[in-house]
Amino acid sequence: MSIMQDSREATMAGRRSDGSPVKRPLSPHLQVYDMLQLTSALSISGRITGIAWSVGILLMVWWLVAAAAGPAAFAQVQWFMSSWLGLLGLFGLTAAAWFHTLNGVRHLAWDAGYGYQIQDTYRTGRWVLIGTAVATVLTWLIAIIAWA
Amino acid sequence: MANEYAQNTTMRSPLGRVRGLGSAKGGTHHWWMQRVTSMALLPLTIWFALAAASLAGASYVETVAWIGRPWNAVLLLVTIGLTFHHLASGVQVILEDYANQEWVKLGGILAVKAICVLLALASALAVLKIAV
Repeated sequence: MSIMQDSREATMAGRRSDGSPVKRPLSPHLQVYDMLQLTSALSISGRITGIAWSVGILLMVWWLVAAAAGPAAFAQVQWFMSSWLGLLGLFGLTAAAWFHTLNGVRHLAWDAGYGYQIQDTYRTGRWVLIGTAVATVLTWLIAIIAWA
Repeated sequence: MANEYAQNTTMRSPLGRVRGLGSAKGGTHHWWMQRVTSMALLPLTIWFALAAASLAGASYVETVAWIGRPWNAVLLLVTIGLTFHHLASGVQVILEDYANQEWVKLGGILAVKAICVLLALASALAVLKIAV
């Protein structure tokens, strides 16, 4: 490869699996990408919601361990989960979990080779957002009806 | 480029490339297991989310009775195992992508895996203690 004249060529310096150089676009980097367009915003949200869920799963662990420990420990979980902080956390966790789940289905479709047209990625992205809102509201409707 | 030899040489043998063995030896398996666990978690997560929502406001006795029912306990155990497997492999990829220093990457991955094993065992033991 010749000496680079333009810094943008650095994002095109790839290698084949046998190690030989090839000029082709590499994975997008933050500095050359508009993170506010729907596709990239949903992409990074997939990871962020995954991390949020990883932290939120502590609530499930606490809930199970407290239930096994006895009524006093369980009362503490109930107190936290019905507090404003607990409810806010659970609501955020519900939305994050539904987003990660529905976006995960989108990823599985990509892995199977479907949905690569640009307009398809935008359409399925909007479905994920609408689905997240609907599923989150439905989940909380069930919870509110069960609670009442 | 002047050095034609350096340009086109690889440390990987043709057999290694054919078998799909990357530098970490198990990249394909790791990727595949993320997909397998995600497919299995799809119905399990929907089940757990709806069950947890309908247990809102349930008393201690009601909750323990629900966890202790045989099928609920079995599904909870499977959900716990797959969730922490999926969680650990997902966080591992994030650390591999963003951690720049090798000791942060390796230490982080090992720490996450250790925490996941402990939390999964604690959760599973809780379910078994209630159900058995």
